[in-house]
Amino acid sequence: MRPHAIPGTIMFDGDQAQKGLALNRMCFSFNSAENRATFLKDEDAYCTQYGLNEQQRAAVKSRNVLQMIEAGGNVYYLAKLAGIFGLNVQDIGAQQTGMSVENFKAKLVAAGR
Amino acid sequence: MARIIGGVGTTHVPAIGKAIAEGKQNDPYWKPFFSGFDYVHRWLARERPDTVVVFSNDHGLNFFLDKLPTFAVGAAAEYRNEDEGWGIPVSHALAGDPALSWHVINNLVADEFDITMCQDMLVDHAITIPMALMWPGEGAPPVKIVPISINTVQHPLPSVSRCLELGRSVGRALRSFEPDRKVLVVGTGGLSHQLDGERAGFINREFDIFCMNTLAVEPDRLTKYSIPELVEQAGAQGVELLNWIAMRGALGDNVSELHRNYHIPISNTAAATMVLEVRDVAQREAA
Repeated sequence: MRPHAIPGTIMFDGDQAQKGLALNRMCFSFNSAENRATFLKDEDAYCTQYGLNEQQRAAVKSRNVLQMIEAGGNVYYLAKLAGIFGLNVQDIGAQQTGMSVENFKAKLVAAGR
Repeated sequence: MARIIGGVGTTHVPAIGKAIAEGKQNDPYWKPFFSGFDYVHRWLARERPDTVVVFSNDHGLNFFLDKLPTFAVGAAAEYRNEDEGWGIPVSHALAGDPALSWHVINNLVADEFDITMCQDMLVDHAITIPMALMWPGEGAPPVKIVPISINTVQHPLPSVSRCLELGRSVGRALRSFEPDRKVLVVGTGGLSHQLDGERAGFINREFDIFCMNTLAVEPDRLTKYSIPELVEQAGAQGVELLNWIAMRGALGDNVSELHRNYHIPISNTAAATMVLEVRDVAQREAA
């Protein structure tokens, strides 16, 4: 455990930033519609081009956001990848918490009561 | 002389941009949030600022994590938005105020804030959405902007007290600018929310209300929170509160709260809007 460990939270610090540079760089490229289309055409080739390691490739392949974060992904960048599959932050919130999207949204609404 | 009319704090969730594009302002989900801007519109119509200084954080449009300044000040004549990759419409460009930008830059560096200066800068939803909320409609808003970017993404982040002092230094710079300008200061993002990890969906109403209650009257109280404590209390992305704190710093000592709207949730976020007025009689009489 690092100092100030917060349950369910990985601080995006220097360790994570180093680990995730290639993955985040690939996601940064998804600001371009052309790059998003290229990724969809050949995902493996695109991951290779950006130098993703095995852990990152497996995480991307399985669309598993917690694994991508573990592999150094930053959520703002991962959201650009998620967008390619039509998923928004509520969809990935549901996935990370193991809830249905409906229940995740209901939990947020409940937080306002 | 330039004078600061006040400050606005507002959430900048990307989904708001989508809701605007789809005309959903009056839908039951969105109305409690958008209606919080009715007051802001009336106030801005009355005060008519010339330039808006905006404290916000970039989300991977202008900056990447390879070269990420802690503080960066825009000094462009025009700021474009581009595709951010998550499906919100690209906004029209916003006009810059380079003379005021360079005055702020010169004063910040003289004040020992070693900022990055950007003659080219793309602005993302953290600026375009607040501008569209404050000045709704098709065209560009009738104001210029000076964007100031704070790193709230890649730790280590600047401390609460450093951001408050940054804002104070910007405020001193604005008040010492000789040409006439009515300046509005805006801080965007927050309030509590977390997008990543098993704690995604975290919201902390009590802490948000404490922050809003404290911001106008005794902002220094917030400096007791370390960044990890802020992450714990406000959520991993709730640290965008730093932008609000810098905004508050720029307003000076005599500030009163004119308006507040707080609504949970917008997407994964506790959405908040605040208007703070600078109550500096001498400044008003001099203007």
